[in-house]
Amino acid sequence: MRVLPGNTLLRHLLIAAAGGAALWALTYQLELYRDYQLATAAAYLCATAGLTVLTGLNGQLSLGHGALMAVGAYTVALSQDKWGILSLSLALGVLAALAAGLVIGLAAARLRGPYLAGVTLAVAVAVPAVTTTWSSVFNSDQGLPVALDPPPGTLALEQWQAWLAVGCALGVLVLLANLTRSRFGRDFRAVRDDETAARLAGIDVARTQVLAFVVSAAGAGLGGGLLAVLTQSVSPGAYALSLSLYLLMAVVVGGLGSLAGAVWGALLLVFLPDLTHQLTVGLALSPGAAQRVEGNLPLAVFGLTLVIVMIAAPGGLQGLLRKLVPFRTITPLPKSEERPVSDAQRT
Amino acid sequence: MDAGLTLDGVGVRFGGLVALDDVSLRVPPGRIVGVIGPNGAGKTTLFNVVCGFVRPAAGSLAFDGKPMRPKAHRLHERGIARTLQGVGLFGGLTALENVMTGGRPRAGFVSALLGAPRSDSDERRLRNEAYALLAEVGAADYAHALPATLPYAIGKKVALARALAARPRLLLLDEPAGGLGADDIAELAGHVRGLSGRDGRPCGVLLVEHHMDFVMDVCDEVVALDFGRVIATGAPAEVRADPAVAEAYLGVEP
Repeated sequence: MRVLPGNTLLRHLLIAAAGGAALWALTYQLELYRDYQLATAAAYLCATAGLTVLTGLNGQLSLGHGALMAVGAYTVALSQDKWGILSLSLALGVLAALAAGLVIGLAAARLRGPYLAGVTLAVAVAVPAVTTTWSSVFNSDQGLPVALDPPPGTLALEQWQAWLAVGCALGVLVLLANLTRSRFGRDFRAVRDDETAARLAGIDVARTQVLAFVVSAAGAGLGGGLLAVLTQSVSPGAYALSLSLYLLMAVVVGGLGSLAGAVWGALLLVFLPDLTHQLTVGLALSPGAAQRVEGNLPLAVFGLTLVIVMIAAPGGLQGLLRKLVPFRTITPLPKSEERPVSDAQRT
Repeated sequence: MDAGLTLDGVGVRFGGLVALDDVSLRVPPGRIVGVIGPNGAGKTTLFNVVCGFVRPAAGSLAFDGKPMRPKAHRLHERGIARTLQGVGLFGGLTALENVMTGGRPRAGFVSALLGAPRSDSDERRLRNEAYALLAEVGAADYAHALPATLPYAIGKKVALARALAARPRLLLLDEPAGGLGADDIAELAGHVRGLSGRDGRPCGVLLVEHHMDFVMDVCDEVVALDFGRVIATGAPAEVRADPAVAEAYLGVEP
């Protein structure tokens, strides 16, 4: 029995529409601050969804996705300053990240394992240096403001931001879900598992790796651009190496290679710091100590979560969920009448 | 024009070691050619030359009369498929997906990204073809199993089905009988003999194998290698009777 249509696009659009409608209604119920958090999670989701495809499905480890987010963010800031058309700015942010991803991806396709991690790490570390070197454009550590038009009508800014970010994130999810369920998703995984066998199956390994990198860079670019729109500023501090590490931790904790896992990861990125903030408030420390604890506690909690998840559920939260809820989508088989009879059944 | 695969005077060196020396052979469509020889004779290097993993220092290759400088990922579209020693399946893909990977996709990136009907119908076609191939080799019951859970013999069958999904006109089998029991070898022999003409086109087979009974049973022609040189070539019975072959294997003085 089939509940959802067999047409991939239709199926994914239906799921996204249902999720979008629920979240749209939710934005009216939440406090504005929660709307803002929702928007932030959606922005992170654009990046984690791409990263989980790259690392989980294609086996390429990137420590530089924070930098790709910065590329998107700075592009949006510069474009908003010049033209002030938000849709154009976001599109340019994606394009800029795509171009950066292409360059890194071309290098990455020649590198494996720790060497690849090293190159992407260098990219992540380079962001502050780039903003300082060309400080007339990027305004070094101070960063740039992001000029925004006021939201349409009487809509609160936070709610409008939530709509924008959630809409973009759902779009990214639909496209990535389509892609991972096509032959390209299969090629990504084949290259991850065995490059020699993949070559013999007619897969251009280097091209496939570059493609995966570019696709995930585009997601990161959009996520970065959205973050810039949310915070209405861009500075190197917001896109430091720790952001790249957080993104990676988020997709691992959520469940590598799973888009649903990327959703869990993005939610964790937003709500874990929130949780630790509540904790430090509850501890009633002196202001100085509270500041130090609050600065480091999210990292500690995230690290601890990572360790626990890896021990208890190596498949991440999504893997755990799949184990607990015995619901699995498997590739549908040909219908029984067109199913060839196997030798065993014949005799 | 020589149809099929032709190697002419191929030589390969790894530093001071001569891996292949002046090797010539032909695999016409519909013929099954076996390569035998002791360990280190150059059998796998020969395969690697045909697949483009190793560039020959001397000699030339041609496929259907056209010279070729093989690149591994381009062989598939020319109708050349190869199985790997052992099983060589993609560990994270089900048996069915493994075979689908070996097929010939047509959908482009944009239609895949948009989930367009073109991509869907292409996937459906690949899946049906893959399923039919799994049924043909007798592994249909394992379609949704991951390779790590498959019995060894089933894994070999899935690997064969993946190679067949390319609709090859030349199939390279690297130790297809390695690690199999007698029953499975007999079944494999049946599959290999039935390869040619299974989709209405003749398919040449070049196989490397240590299992002598299997080689003598299925091959039309056998090439014996020793220290990278062809020491005997001909019908299985002739090669078996050749004293040079016995010497290569057993070290008997003539």
